[in-house]
Amino acid sequence: MGNTSSMLTQYDIEEVQDHCNHSFSQQEIVSLYQRFCQLDRNGCGFISADEFMSVPEFAVNPLSQRLLRMLDGLNFKEFVAFLSAFSSRASLQQKVEFIFKVYDSDGNGKVTFNEMLDILRDLTGQFISKHQREEVLTQVLEEAGYTNDSLLVQADFMKILGNSGLKMEVEVPVD
Amino acid sequence: MTRRSRQRRSRSPTMNSLETDLERPNIEDYLPSGSIQEPRGKLRLRDLLDISPTLTEAAGAIVDDSFTRCFKSIPSEPWNWNVYLFPLWCLGVIVRYGFLFPLRVLVLTLGWIIFLSCYFPVHTLLKGHDKLRKKLERGLVELICSFFVASWTGVIKYHGPRPSMRPRQVFVANHTSMIDFIVLEQMTAFAVIMQKHPGWVGLLQNTILESLGCIWFNRSESKDRGIVARKLREHVEGADNNPLLIFPEGTCVNNHYSVMFKKGAFELGCTVCPIAVKYNKIFVDAFWNSKKVRDIISVRAGLKKVPWDGYLKYSRPSPKHREQKQESFADSVLRRLEEK
Repeated sequence: MGNTSSMLTQYDIEEVQDHCNHSFSQQEIVSLYQRFCQLDRNGCGFISADEFMSVPEFAVNPLSQRLLRMLDGLNFKEFVAFLSAFSSRASLQQKVEFIFKVYDSDGNGKVTFNEMLDILRDLTGQFISKHQREEVLTQVLEEAGYTNDSLLVQADFMKILGNSGLKMEVEVPVD
Repeated sequence: MTRRSRQRRSRSPTMNSLETDLERPNIEDYLPSGSIQEPRGKLRLRDLLDISPTLTEAAGAIVDDSFTRCFKSIPSEPWNWNVYLFPLWCLGVIVRYGFLFPLRVLVLTLGWIIFLSCYFPVHTLLKGHDKLRKKLERGLVELICSFFVASWTGVIKYHGPRPSMRPRQVFVANHTSMIDFIVLEQMTAFAVIMQKHPGWVGLLQNTILESLGCIWFNRSESKDRGIVARKLREHVEGADNNPLLIFPEGTCVNNHYSVMFKKGAFELGCTVCPIAVKYNKIFVDAFWNSKKVRDIISVRAGLKKVPWDGYLKYSRPSPKHREQKQESFADSVLRRLEEK
């Protein structure tokens, strides 16, 4: 399934379903494939950053650049796996793991103070100064029992976000 | 930085409200509800780390977005799969291609012959008598458009009062295809604003459409906007000029949705009369507010509105939208920091 032919075989659907741990039903995977082909305009098998940015709702999102780094060069199977955190069948752990990966930009399994600052900057833009951002982050970290030098791992994220009713779901339209 | 955001907030809501109304669309009206709720209470670490609403919006856009839907052709369902429908369909093919099609070509050719043989003499010989010449040219353009519509055996119903030749008025309509122009020209010889095309379309533009008073623009030239705006203003001032028709969406849309109107048509200092085209009905009325006009057109023709500019087919959205989100999140963080 390297090149995107317009035909998705039953074997392909099952392979993709396995890869994403059955987070999506077979119809949803077919729908996602149609969407993937719609976005991949030059038909090269993956969606380029430019093609993602041509979706206005995505382009205006403050975290679009970060997500582009994670979405770059994904083929369809990996694309579905990426979106599996947003399925209604995904566990809380999967969702927290996804959020952790967004923060952990160097991928070493530890989130530093600066990585958290970077995301805060993306979300607030020029409306909060660098100094204020550091102040805010330091304050809430201290209150939660961490320091500026703490390196948070996934278990920490699970503890912080775990019991708060995380809502992170999208519905795949099935015609 | 806080000073700057305070300055923004203190801008009077009544002053410049028309400006902000036109420039700042209410994105919140169109985004899926429940996207960013207003959180309360003291700021905690989890509030800063929980980026799930933003991520959900991004994933939602990846999976499906309203802008792409505007340009998707709605597939028609096959109906001739039956044992009695299929032979009827075959018969239909014979009738349509063997009989009706040559007839249509004939009607169209006849129309062009009549039009060309009348138009060029009128155009060249009556150079001195402008008023008569213009009247005849208008009549001839309306005639050739009627021939077009007849060759498609189009049935067009016009609702509402006919446009009259008055100064200081401009007509706006939604845009689905090139046919919109012909359908409307048949009723009244409008002057339109069009992209300059090369080739034989350009030839048509230079000769016939020029005489109607049509205005050209070039999307790729940035200075062009000022020139075109001036030409538009001059046109609506003149009492003898043909009524001006503008398609504010700026691009063809699939007739199930309407994209944001560009504000040029509404800044000419004259009455705006909306025309709704749904390959079913048309109406005319008089209003000012472009949002309201678009609402009326969308409601009347049964179209869904989206907050996206048709030009996003060619360019990226402005940073305004992203900054709005950032500003609201920043305000919320700072406010909750103050709370004890």
